[in-house]
Amino acid sequence: MNKAVLFLIPLVIIGILVIGGFGVYNGLVTAQEEGKTAWAQVENQYQRRADLIPNLVETVKGYAQQERSVLEEVTRLRSQWGEARQSGDINKSLQAAQGLDSALGRLMVVVERYPELKSNQNFMKLQDQLEGTENRISVERRRYNQVVLNYNQKIRTFPGAFFAGPFGFERMPLFEAEAGAKKAPTVKF
Amino acid sequence: MRRKFQGQRPRIGRGKESILAWLILVLLSSLAFALEVPEGPEGRITDRTGTLSRNEIAALDQKLAAFERETTNQIAVLIIPSLEGDSLEDYSIRLAEKWKIGQKGKNNGVILLVVKNERKLRVEVGYGLEGALPDALSGSIIRNEIAPRFRTGQFYQGVDAGVTAIMAATKGEYKAPKKRQRGSDVPTWLVFLLIFLSFGVFSVLSSLGRRRHYHSGGAGGWITGGGFFGGGSSGGDSGGGFSGGGGDFGGGGASGDW
Repeated sequence: MNKAVLFLIPLVIIGILVIGGFGVYNGLVTAQEEGKTAWAQVENQYQRRADLIPNLVETVKGYAQQERSVLEEVTRLRSQWGEARQSGDINKSLQAAQGLDSALGRLMVVVERYPELKSNQNFMKLQDQLEGTENRISVERRRYNQVVLNYNQKIRTFPGAFFAGPFGFERMPLFEAEAGAKKAPTVKF
Repeated sequence: MRRKFQGQRPRIGRGKESILAWLILVLLSSLAFALEVPEGPEGRITDRTGTLSRNEIAALDQKLAAFERETTNQIAVLIIPSLEGDSLEDYSIRLAEKWKIGQKGKNNGVILLVVKNERKLRVEVGYGLEGALPDALSGSIIRNEIAPRFRTGQFYQGVDAGVTAIMAATKGEYKAPKKRQRGSDVPTWLVFLLIFLSFGVFSVLSSLGRRRHYHSGGAGGWITGGGFFGGGSSGGDSGGGFSGGGGDFGGGGASGDW
């Protein structure tokens, strides 16, 4: 054992730590990207629903003009969601989407009073599409929650927590399993 | 439970007991909220209610097997007695995620789920067939083909009409590929050739190294690095057992009742 070896040992340890650090950092980046991808999937499904709304509003209008206020609210919240999505802020977008959830729920309750509308072929198709979209949204939400739970855990536990602060890994919001989010009672008949 | 004894028990014991009770409670509540999905399909038709006769199951199975050979699309049917309070859509997507009906990459699977006691049913459509079998079409198949027959107790006829309509809808979206490629995209002979070549290079280099103290002689060995053997398997061949081919689902389809 000469001096060179003694000098090398700490260097090797530091090297191992740095390489391990790369691994942890990369793991965080990967988890974050997964979260973002899952979120994009959720937004795709929300977009799909938003695309259905004008047609839905038109169809309902044909049978139930007196329900203007609900229809207008749905339309308003739809464009509000569009703006929130543009802003790219997940929290905002999530809130707007949930607002739209409940407005749509109210619309579907109102619809119950119009048997003619309910038996309209076009409306039935729309209803299928809407139900399908709601279901897709809940599936993607669940997948998003799974991925983000993993990410949030990583940035809050050691060794990930070590890097989360200095490198700006922030917590991602989760969907709460409230009545409106878990299932889609909005379009249940 | 057993309130009488609580006061007499030593503290530590009580703590352990409460933890145990809590664990059991958690376990029970998770069971109550999420009904267990069958581990895998018993065949293309899995009837847990004894509604269909053996002949009827065989007839449906044959039909669906022929359809899979023709188009590679997989269709599976599950009939269960009850959801036991679980939500139809939740159960159905968990089923889809577990069984993985449809070919991997094509995601061309469809599951028809029938819950007898609750009189509910759902058509769950894989990602790859959402274009050919959109939700509205699934809904109309349920309403026009299946539900009317179920209402009169004709379960076999209902399932038959349903899968026939699903087959008609999904035909053509996926043509059966001319050659069914199994396993990875890299041909096997190429893998072996590469391994042989790298061994050759390695031995040449190391013999060179021995002769002239060639320093980086070992480097040739790196080429063999594994990972060529992708474990691609396409399940669900006709004859014998049936299993999902790895298809993904995203919640497409429609639910209904009768």
